Amino acid sequence: MKTSLSWLREFVELPAGLTAEQLDEALTNLGMEVESIVDQAATVKGDLVVGRVLTIEELTGFKKPIRFTTVDVGRSEPQEIVCGARNFAEGDLVAVILPGGELPGGFKIGARKTYGRNSNGMICSAAELGLSGDHDGIIVLAPDEATPGQDARPVVGLADVLVEVEITPDRGYEMSLRGLARELSYAFEAAYTDPAGVVVPSGAAGVPHPVSVEDTVGCDRFSARVVRGIDPDAPSPAWMQQRLVASGIRSISLPVDITNYLMLELGQPMHVFDLNRLNGGLVVRRARPGEKLTTLDGVARVLDAEDMVICDDTGPISLAAVMGGETSEWQPDTVDVLLEAAHWDAVMVGRTARRHKLFSEAAKRWERGVDPQLTLVALERAVQILTEHAGGTVDPAVLDIDHVVAPATITLDPALPAQRIGLAYDTSQVETLLGRVGCQVTGAGPLEVTPPSWRPDLLAPIDLVEEVARLGGYNDIPSLLPPARGGSGFTPSQRRRRTVGRAMAENGYVEVLSYPFVAPAAADQLGYPADDPRRSAVRLTNPLSEQEPLLRTSLLPTLLGTLKRNLGRGKRDVALYEMGTVFRPRLASAAPPVMGVDRRPSDSEWAAANEIVPAQPWHLAVVLTGEIEPAGWWGAGRAASWADAISAAQIALAAAGVSGVTVAAAELAPWHPGRCAAISVDGVVVGHAGELHPAVVSSFELPKRTCAMELDLDALPLPPVTQAPAISSFPPALIDVALILDASVPAAEVSAVLAAGAGSLLESVSLFDLYESEQLGENKKSLAYKLTFRAPDRTLTTEETLAARDAAVAAVGSRFGATLRGA
Amino acid sequence: MSYRNDPYDPKQAALLDPAALESAVDEARKAFDAASDLDELATLKSAHLGDRSAVSLARREIGSLPPAAKSDAGKRVNLARQSVQGAYDSRLEELEIERAARVLVEERVDVTLPWDRRPRGARHPLTTLMEHMGDLFAGMGYDIVEGPELELEWANFDALNIGPDNAVRGSMDTFYVDLPGLVMRTHTSPGQVRSMLTRQPPIYVVSPGRAYRSDELDATHSPVFHQIEGLVVDEGITMAHLRGTLDHFAKAMFGPDARTRWRPHYFPFTEPSAEFDVWFAQHRDGPRWVEWGGCGMVNPKVLVAAGIDPARYSGFAFGMGVERTLMFRNGVSDMRDMVEGDVRFTTNFGMEV
Repeated sequence: MKTSLSWLREFVELPAGLTAEQLDEALTNLGMEVESIVDQAATVKGDLVVGRVLTIEELTGFKKPIRFTTVDVGRSEPQEIVCGARNFAEGDLVAVILPGGELPGGFKIGARKTYGRNSNGMICSAAELGLSGDHDGIIVLAPDEATPGQDARPVVGLADVLVEVEITPDRGYEMSLRGLARELSYAFEAAYTDPAGVVVPSGAAGVPHPVSVEDTVGCDRFSARVVRGIDPDAPSPAWMQQRLVASGIRSISLPVDITNYLMLELGQPMHVFDLNRLNGGLVVRRARPGEKLTTLDGVARVLDAEDMVICDDTGPISLAAVMGGETSEWQPDTVDVLLEAAHWDAVMVGRTARRHKLFSEAAKRWERGVDPQLTLVALERAVQILTEHAGGTVDPAVLDIDHVVAPATITLDPALPAQRIGLAYDTSQVETLLGRVGCQVTGAGPLEVTPPSWRPDLLAPIDLVEEVARLGGYNDIPSLLPPARGGSGFTPSQRRRRTVGRAMAENGYVEVLSYPFVAPAAADQLGYPADDPRRSAVRLTNPLSEQEPLLRTSLLPTLLGTLKRNLGRGKRDVALYEMGTVFRPRLASAAPPVMGVDRRPSDSEWAAANEIVPAQPWHLAVVLTGEIEPAGWWGAGRAASWADAISAAQIALAAAGVSGVTVAAAELAPWHPGRCAAISVDGVVVGHAGELHPAVVSSFELPKRTCAMELDLDALPLPPVTQAPAISSFPPALIDVALILDASVPAAEVSAVLAAGAGSLLESVSLFDLYESEQLGENKKSLAYKLTFRAPDRTLTTEETLAARDAAVAAVGSRFGATLRGA
Repeated sequence: MSYRNDPYDPKQAALLDPAALESAVDEARKAFDAASDLDELATLKSAHLGDRSAVSLARREIGSLPPAAKSDAGKRVNLARQSVQGAYDSRLEELEIERAARVLVEERVDVTLPWDRRPRGARHPLTTLMEHMGDLFAGMGYDIVEGPELELEWANFDALNIGPDNAVRGSMDTFYVDLPGLVMRTHTSPGQVRSMLTRQPPIYVVSPGRAYRSDELDATHSPVFHQIEGLVVDEGITMAHLRGTLDHFAKAMFGPDARTRWRPHYFPFTEPSAEFDVWFAQHRDGPRWVEWGGCGMVNPKVLVAAGIDPARYSGFAFGMGVERTLMFRNGVSDMRDMVEGDVRFTTNFGMEV
């Protein structure tokens, strides 16, 4: 909503020396967002004065005709000014900016020589002054409008302060001078004059034109007046044009300008029909599906059964409340007009505006709510202004089809405002504040509050509480912490994500947060088989990019994209991690049960609704390329490898406090089939790690040997309370065993079997050497382990230790055919 | 011990002469003192304390003395030997100290050499900022809750009094999916709805997390962003409690000078509603009010939809953008820096923000 301060002052007696800051603060505290407050006078700097053109000399021989003028600017000598415009004559009054001044946009005016003459200033056009640029040439003021030498700003309409505010969607009444002035009257405790307070004469019997309203839900009030024989050439008065322009609305013609002017002033959108272009009586009804109407913007529209239309015998002639039609509209030759002011259903208008993407000034007001008691007032004002400026005869009959339901009374416990606001408001204060916003308040115990007709947003006691808090002042509300009630902070899985994240970062990985949107082609790039469940993804119906409509089922595709971006920016050694959710669609995609808002959904409804929500488990993924340990003065670096990816999984699982982790060879896209590990916890696979498949690496254009890991964090069991270990103070017994095995036997299994075979005396088993040689035999390898034995209650004897060692070796012997090396 | 076969000549008992002994001691001390290192001292030790040293040979001469003289001579020899030993020990200690000092000098290294053999990573500042916020509220007795990002339309809109005709439900603002009744949550408020459906008052929760709106990415907008929302439902909750909570939050995030300023606003899920600014003294462009978030008293309609009696309970809710907070708190000028995953941006923040 954009308007001027001078217009506001017509309805509210604002302080004389009101500053922009004070106005800004008042509007802000009333709940409006101030977009701008512009003092127009300050937009033109220096002397902008009225001048009278004394002489005009036409200069020839230039590319375009140029005038050399002398202008009386109220000084002892006339001012010599060169001017390119031609729409003025000797004796005309014009606006002159003198040397030293500055026009909007920083254009500085000086005395200079041009076209061979001295030019001391400039005669201004409206556009140069930052006013509407509709007219060609310079501004020519009306004769006797001003005297030479006086400040030209008030004369040309540059003396005002322009205010633009954003109105919240619940306060339609603020979309008018009437409402804004009313609000400002609260802030400054200033006298207010309601522009709707005009006396409306009761109409004569009969109707000026036959109208029937078939749908009184969509249109609960329809009023109309007729004026015949107006002067079609009568222009809008300058003050009206200036105010329209200041409000950002183009001046079109007197009848149309009047409707726009009154929409701004009162908040009542109106429409002008050319009476002679109407074929028969008007019918207000819902559109029939498929009916067509060409609106004023020239667009042929197919109507919906929910749209409201105004029809004559030819069918729809206006898309009600949103935009008129081409055939019935005011035309430059219109002499007989039908002025319509109606009241339309807010929900209907909102839907129609969105359906047809027609967010007109009228639609914006209807959607927020318009006072239904304004129609006759607006028509009376319109008729007055129209006949004053264009003559004509007013039909004494007034049409008013009124089905408006009076606002419901709200029962308010006078203690409620204080209970909700936390500031002591007594009953009389509550009554005063509610009375100020226009409510009728009666009753003593519970208050019976009837909201004013312009406040359709006041429906419940809490809405009244808000008005009390707002007018009482939000910033007067004290600051008080509620009593602590005892909570449990983060959940175990949230704490675990934090610990895992820290572990990854401490181990060299940098966290990224990717968008979860992926391209359908990513599944092929990652080499997923045709029946891979990860191909089944939720699809956005309105994605930002048609290329990436799917929700990720793995963190890797977007993480690899981020890796590539870092490489593209010159990084060579990159290790990234991401923790985020993936989206797994349910197989059945039934709609959730319909749940209302007038009660809590039943447990079964809520359970059924959640049944359709796709599982969204938290995953952890890493990608890494280049050197994980950089080269330096200490020597060579170490390239990141499959082993680092697996280690990343183990770091995460250790941080998560998970035990029972096993690593086994696996084959799963997008990993290299010979360099992929399945990570399991208690026998359940929770993720994979290793080197990426060369085809995947090439498809994503990544460096060779890029590695990756992905874990389903939500699949990890939450660890039980950790039990303290028994710390033995007896010495350990260390024994090394070197085993010869088939090369295909996984080391992890050997370790596990050794440990199981060694029994309870074993404290730890660690692989310290891997050796492959032809001397061992074909497809053989040697694994050397250090076994540490210790008893909690005694020093182990050599015999005990050797027996445990032998048991361990026997276990791997029988399981894998392992033999002791050198035995 | 018998010296019967010893080629001893009593005439040679001159070594027991006090002057001779004194001179031997003197000579040994001079020699030891002159030793420049431990090796040299070791060599000298056998010369002056070994079997063929003057004090050792003098001891042998004692046997040739008459019994009456033996005791006296023995004492002399012992004293002399102790003096030599003492001279040796003291030089040995000196040389060992010198050597230890020398070793320390020789072992000196350039401690300024870098040793970043395994560079540290970093956590994303949005993650750490959300945790920081969560910690603060955990300390105030709140639970930290979360909900699905792909959420029931009912929980994201209807239950929050955002009716079917509200413009924010349009595809210009909300991401829809090919499954009925679901949207990408447009705020973390459905987390509040879930809390109210699964708990009984008193409810004190914050829900940090990701939300989605169909805005193109630019310097100040991102279609995927993070919010933290708070919800309190209890008996006797007022706007003063909301203000106290926000003021406390502001001080914890922005320093002791921080405070909030409210502007009346409209949200369907709260009534009364406000937007609030925070006074941020450390702003890089100077102290100023900065828009921070929205808040209000939970609309009774929202309580009803969640099965909470609005006559008995009242509550407040607030929410703010985590990106926005990071932008002005930590001087991030472009939203894209938080989105693109450039390691230089994130590494700058380390483990805390």
